[in-house]
Amino acid sequence: MSGLNNPVENVGVVGGTPPLALANVSKRFEATQALSDVSIEMRPGEVQGLVGENGAGKSTIVKTFAGILQPDTGSVLLDGKPVTLHGPANARSLGIAVVHQEPHLFPDLTVAENVFIGHAPRGGLGSVNWRKMRRDAESIFESLSVSLDPSSKVLGLSMADQQLIEIAKALSVDARVLILDEPTASLSSHEVERLFAIVRQTRDRGVAVLFVSHRLEEVFELCDRSTVLRDGKLVITAPTSELTTADLVRHMVGRSVSLFPRSTAKVGEVLLDVRNLTRSGFFRDISFSVRSGEIVGLAGLVGAGRSEVARVLFGLDKADSGEVDLNGKRANFASPSEALGAGIAYVPEDRHLDGLVAGFSIAENVTLPILPRLFPRFFTNGSRERNLARGYAERLKVRATGVDSLVEALSGGNQQKVVLAKWLATNPRVLILDEPTRGVDIGAKVEVHRIISDLAASGLGIILISSELPEVLAMSDRIMVLHEGRISAEIPRAEATEERVMFAATGQFAEDASSGE
Amino acid sequence: MASNVAMAGSARSRAGSIVSRLMQSRELTLGIVVVVLCGLVGYLTPNFLVLGNLQSVTAMIAIIAIAGLGETLVIITKNVDLSVESTMGVVAYCVGNELTQKHLTVQEAWIFGLAIGIALGATNGVIVTILKVPSIVATLGTMAIFRGIAFFVANGRDVVLGDLPDNYTDPAYASFFGVPYFVILALALIAVMAVILKYTSFGRDLYAVGSNADAAATIGVRARVTVFAAFTIGGFFAGIAGILWGIYFGGIDSTTAGGESLVVIAAVVVGGVSITGGSGTVIGAALGALFLGLVNNALGVLSVDQSWLQVFYGAVILIAVSVDAIIQRQAQLNKARSRIR
Amino acid sequence: MTFDTNATSHSDAGGASAKRSALGVLAPFIRWEMLLLIILVATILIGNWASGDFLTGLNFSNSINNAMEVAIMALAMAPIIITGDIDLSVESMVGLSGAVMGALWAGLTPFGMVPLPIAIVIALLVGVIGGLFNGILVTRWGLPALVVTLGTLALYRGLAKVLMGTNVVTNLPGGYTDFAFKNIPGTFIPWTFPTFLILAVIFWAVMHKTWIGREIFAIGKNKSAARYSGVRVGTTRTALFVVAGFVAALAGIILALRFDSVRSSNGINMTLTVVTIAVLGGIDINGGKGTITGVVLAVLTLAAVQSVLRLVGVSAYIDAAVGFLLIFSVIAPLLARKTQSLFNRGRLGGQSPGTGPQRESFGQKRGGGV
Repeated sequence: MSGLNNPVENVGVVGGTPPLALANVSKRFEATQALSDVSIEMRPGEVQGLVGENGAGKSTIVKTFAGILQPDTGSVLLDGKPVTLHGPANARSLGIAVVHQEPHLFPDLTVAENVFIGHAPRGGLGSVNWRKMRRDAESIFESLSVSLDPSSKVLGLSMADQQLIEIAKALSVDARVLILDEPTASLSSHEVERLFAIVRQTRDRGVAVLFVSHRLEEVFELCDRSTVLRDGKLVITAPTSELTTADLVRHMVGRSVSLFPRSTAKVGEVLLDVRNLTRSGFFRDISFSVRSGEIVGLAGLVGAGRSEVARVLFGLDKADSGEVDLNGKRANFASPSEALGAGIAYVPEDRHLDGLVAGFSIAENVTLPILPRLFPRFFTNGSRERNLARGYAERLKVRATGVDSLVEALSGGNQQKVVLAKWLATNPRVLILDEPTRGVDIGAKVEVHRIISDLAASGLGIILISSELPEVLAMSDRIMVLHEGRISAEIPRAEATEERVMFAATGQFAEDASSGE
Repeated sequence: MASNVAMAGSARSRAGSIVSRLMQSRELTLGIVVVVLCGLVGYLTPNFLVLGNLQSVTAMIAIIAIAGLGETLVIITKNVDLSVESTMGVVAYCVGNELTQKHLTVQEAWIFGLAIGIALGATNGVIVTILKVPSIVATLGTMAIFRGIAFFVANGRDVVLGDLPDNYTDPAYASFFGVPYFVILALALIAVMAVILKYTSFGRDLYAVGSNADAAATIGVRARVTVFAAFTIGGFFAGIAGILWGIYFGGIDSTTAGGESLVVIAAVVVGGVSITGGSGTVIGAALGALFLGLVNNALGVLSVDQSWLQVFYGAVILIAVSVDAIIQRQAQLNKARSRIR
Repeated sequence: MTFDTNATSHSDAGGASAKRSALGVLAPFIRWEMLLLIILVATILIGNWASGDFLTGLNFSNSINNAMEVAIMALAMAPIIITGDIDLSVESMVGLSGAVMGALWAGLTPFGMVPLPIAIVIALLVGVIGGLFNGILVTRWGLPALVVTLGTLALYRGLAKVLMGTNVVTNLPGGYTDFAFKNIPGTFIPWTFPTFLILAVIFWAVMHKTWIGREIFAIGKNKSAARYSGVRVGTTRTALFVVAGFVAALAGIILALRFDSVRSSNGINMTLTVVTIAVLGGIDINGGKGTITGVVLAVLTLAAVQSVLRLVGVSAYIDAAVGFLLIFSVIAPLLARKTQSLFNRGRLGGQSPGTGPQRESFGQKRGGGV
C-alpha cells in the first residue's frame, strides 16, 4: 500500500560531495549502543526522511549533526572532510540549522529575539536592530502562514507555537543543511502543509534537508529519499518512491523476537478500573482495567500521553474528568503518599531524576517510601532497615557489595532493581512501570522481566509502559496503544504483532490484520 | 486538530483586559501608581507637591536609582548582590577621607572612589563565577567583609562636613533649570544603561544567561564572563552612589549606607526585574526607586511613623514577587490549555 | 551513571551511607568535622597565645553566652539549608519576638501590662506564625525562598519598629534575666549552654536518627524523587520554616532578657552569623548534606573566634571575619576536591575524570550563581 498522493521527484545528488555526512559513526551510552557503524549522507537539493522506532538512534544522529554529541568512533564529514563540531554554535556557524524536538527557547525574551538569537540583525554601531528583527520575524512567520506576535514573550506559548519558533529559527539562518527532528509533533495539519511548502522551497534552493518523523504519511508526502534505522544501525536508504508504508514498518521493527520468560498467571478480580479519564492537553477518554495477575502493556510513541496517564493515577497530577476505581473504591489521589497508601505504586521513567536518591545507600533508597510504616516510633533502626533491604536485594538479585553501598555506584540494571525493590516494599496491589529496562544491559533486562512476571503471578496488577516493542509484546497479556492522547487500539496477546502495534502507535489502522508480510 | 485561531490567540496577550495589559508592563503600572500616589498625597497635604520638598527627595531617589542600575544587571543574570550597601559605604568613606585628609583633589578622589567600587564589584564577580559560590551567600559574606574594610580605613574617625572642601555638598542642592544635578546624572546613566541593555550584545547576553543559562551556552554566550561583568558594573554604580551619598550628606562614618541594600533590591524588584532572572528594565528599576522614595517622603510629610517604612518595603517586595509568580502561572496555564489533543 | 571518584564533600550522615571506607566508624569524621575540630583547637591555641584572659572561666562564660542565640538559630537553619531553602528573616524575628514580649509586658500596646510568662508565650506564637507565613509562601505559592525571606526580613523588622518605636524596655524581672545571663551556680557554664545542648541533642536525634530527618535529607538530595516516593515535601518544608520561626523567636526572647533591653534593632546582622555557623558546620549550601555535630562544633569555633577577636581588641571586625569564614567554608570543599583530583590525576597516570561517556546528574541543582 503506497501512501503517495502526488509523485515526488527524485532529485538525486546535485554536485559531487555531500555537504554533511556521518562516516562509520558509533556512539555508546552506558549499556546502550545508540549507533553502530552508521554512515549516512545529506545530499543538497534533497529531503531525506529518517525513520525508526523509539531508541533506534534517530535523536543521536540529529545531536551528532548538531554538534551536541561527539562520535565515539567514525567521523562527521563536512564537504567530505572530517571535522569536529565543537558545539551547537559552531555547527550553526558552519551552516547547519537544526530544529530540535524539545524547544531550547528563552522564555523571558520575545518571539522575534528567540528566532534571531545569536544572530540578531544589526543596525548602526552594531546595535541590535529591533525593528528589522521584528519585520524579518514577521515575514518568516508569514511564509509559514502563522500568526505569532513577534513582540510577545515566549513564556506561556503553547508547545505548537514554540515548535514554530524553533522552525523559524532554523529558517532565519542561511543554512546549507536543515535538520528537522519531529517538527510536526505539535502542529495542526494546516501548519504542517505550510511547513512542507517551505521545506520544498528550501530544498529547491539546494539545501540538504533531513526530516525525522514518526508520521509515515508525512515521510511519504515530503521526502525524496527514506532511511530506516533500527537498533542503532542503518537498515536501508532508498528513494521513497520505491518503498511502501509496510516496507518501512517492516524495516523498522523486523528482528527476531526473543522470548522472555512469562508464566501465565491466574487472572483474578479487577484491581484498577479507569473510565473516560481526561486531562486536557495530555490525554482524552482513557478507559481500561487491570486485573490481578495481569500485565497490561501501554504502548505508543514518545509524547502519546502514557506517562501522563500514569502520573494522574499516581496522584502527581489531577485529571479534568473521568473516574478511577482502585480495589473497588473511588480514587482521587492528591499526592503520591495517598496513592501509595491506597496500594498503587509508580516506577518513574527517569530513574536518575525521579527514581533514586543519589547519596543514599541501597537500604535508604529502598525504605524511603515506607519510612513511617517501618519506624512507627520515629527512630530509625539500622539493622531492621538493612534486613528488609537485603531481603529485597536478594530476591531481585541486586549485585552490590552490600546494602550500604551508595546507589550511584551501581550499574544501570542494578539501579533499576533497587528502584523496583523500593516500590515492592510498599506492598502495592497495582504497579505501574514506566520504561523499566531503559538503559539496562541484556542480562539485567531478562532478570527484570522475570521479576515483573513473578510479580504478576503473585497477584499484582501491572501496567507496563514501554517503547520497546519486543518487551511489550513478550510481557503483556493485553496491549493498549496510545496515539496522541487517545487509545487507538486494544490488542490481546494472541493477536499482537510488532507491525500491528506500530501501526496503531503511528495512527494508521491496518485494514488487513495480516498485512505487513 | 484544534483550530489555528485558538493557538494564535494564545500567542497574543489577553488584550481585552486592562489589568492584564498593566501586568504585561510593570513600567506602565508603576508610572500610573506614582502619579496616583503624588496626586493622593498632594491632596492630603500641601507640603508634598512643593518644589523644595520634591527637590530634596529626588537626591536620595537618584542615589538609590543609580545603585539600582548595577543591581538590575546582577538580578537579570539570576543572581543577587547584597553587598551594595557596603560598597557604597566604603566608597563614600574613602572619598570623603581622601578629601578631608587633603590627599587628593576632588576629581582624583572621585576616580579613586570609582576604582574602589569596580574592585569590590570584581571581587564579588570572582567569588561567584570562579569560586562558584552562590551569589546569595557570596554577597552576604562580602557585605560584611566590605563593611569591615570601611571600619578598618576609618579606624574610628568620622568624615566631618567642616573638613571637606568648600561647597562640596552644593551639587546636591543645585539644579539646572529646576532639575537637580543628581537627577540629571541619574537620568543620563539610566539612559545609557537602557541603551546598553536593549541594543548591545552584552545587554542581550545578560538576559539570555538569566533566562536559560543552558540554552545560552549553546549559542556561545560565555555565562561566567557575562556574570562577572554584571557584578563589576554593579560595583561601579555602587561607587557612583557612594560618591553621591558623600556629596549629599557631607558627614560620613564607617556605618554609612547600612541597610540600603534592602532598599535597592526592593526598588529593583518592585520595578519589575524578576528575581528569577531574564527580564526587567532599568527604567522599571528607576521607577521602583522613585516609587519607594516618594512613599518614604510621603510618610514623613504625612507625619506617619517612619517605622512603617520597613513594613512597607517588606510588603512591597512580597507583593511584587507574588504578582510575578501569578503572571508566570497564568502563562503556564495558557500553554497547557491551548495544546492540541 | 557516574561514580564520582572525586566526591570529597562533607560527610553524609544522613543515615547508613558513606561507611564504605575501611576506617569504618571513623569515616564520617574524617572529612569536614575533623577539619573543623582542628580549626577549633587551633583557634583555642591562638587565643591562649594572644591573650592570657582567653582560657578563663569568665571568658568561657561570656563567649558561650554571647553565641547561644545564634547557636540555636543555626540548629534550626541547618535543616532548611539541607532541603535547599534559606531563611534570611530570622534576625528580624529575633527583633520582633523581643518587641512583642517587651511591648506587651511594658504596656506599650492597647492590651495593657501583660504578665511576662504570657507575653513570652505570645511572642513564641508570633514566631510560629511568622515561620508559617514564610513556609506557605515558599511551598504553596512556589515563590523563591530567597526573596520571600528577604521580604519578611524587612516586614518583621518593620513590625518590630512599629511596636517599639524608639522605646527601650528594660528592667525585666530578675528571675528571667538571670536565666539568660547568669551561670549555673558554682560553675562558669551559662544556663543557656545546656539549653542549647539539649536542643542540639533533639535536633541531632531527629535529623540523624529518625525517619523525619531521613526525609529531610531526601528532599535536599532529590526533591523530585522524594515526592515520587511519597514524601510530603511541601508539608515538611513548611514545618522547617515554622521551627525556624519558633527558634528565632526563642532566641529573640533570650537575647532581650540577656541584655535586659528590648529594642526594635535587636538581632540586626544575626542572619550572617547564623548562616555562617551552618555552612562552617558542614551544611552544604546546595542542599542535601550536613551534620548537626558539625553545627555544634561550628558554634564552638565561632564563639572561640569571636572571643579572640574581642580580647585582641578588634571586635569591630567580627562581622567581617564571619563574612570571610562564610565564603571560606563554601569554597573549602571545592578547593579540597580540586587538590584531590590533581593528586588523583597524577596517581592514575593522566586519566582525567569527566570525559568519556555522558555525565548524568541526579536530581536538580540549586538555582542562582552562574
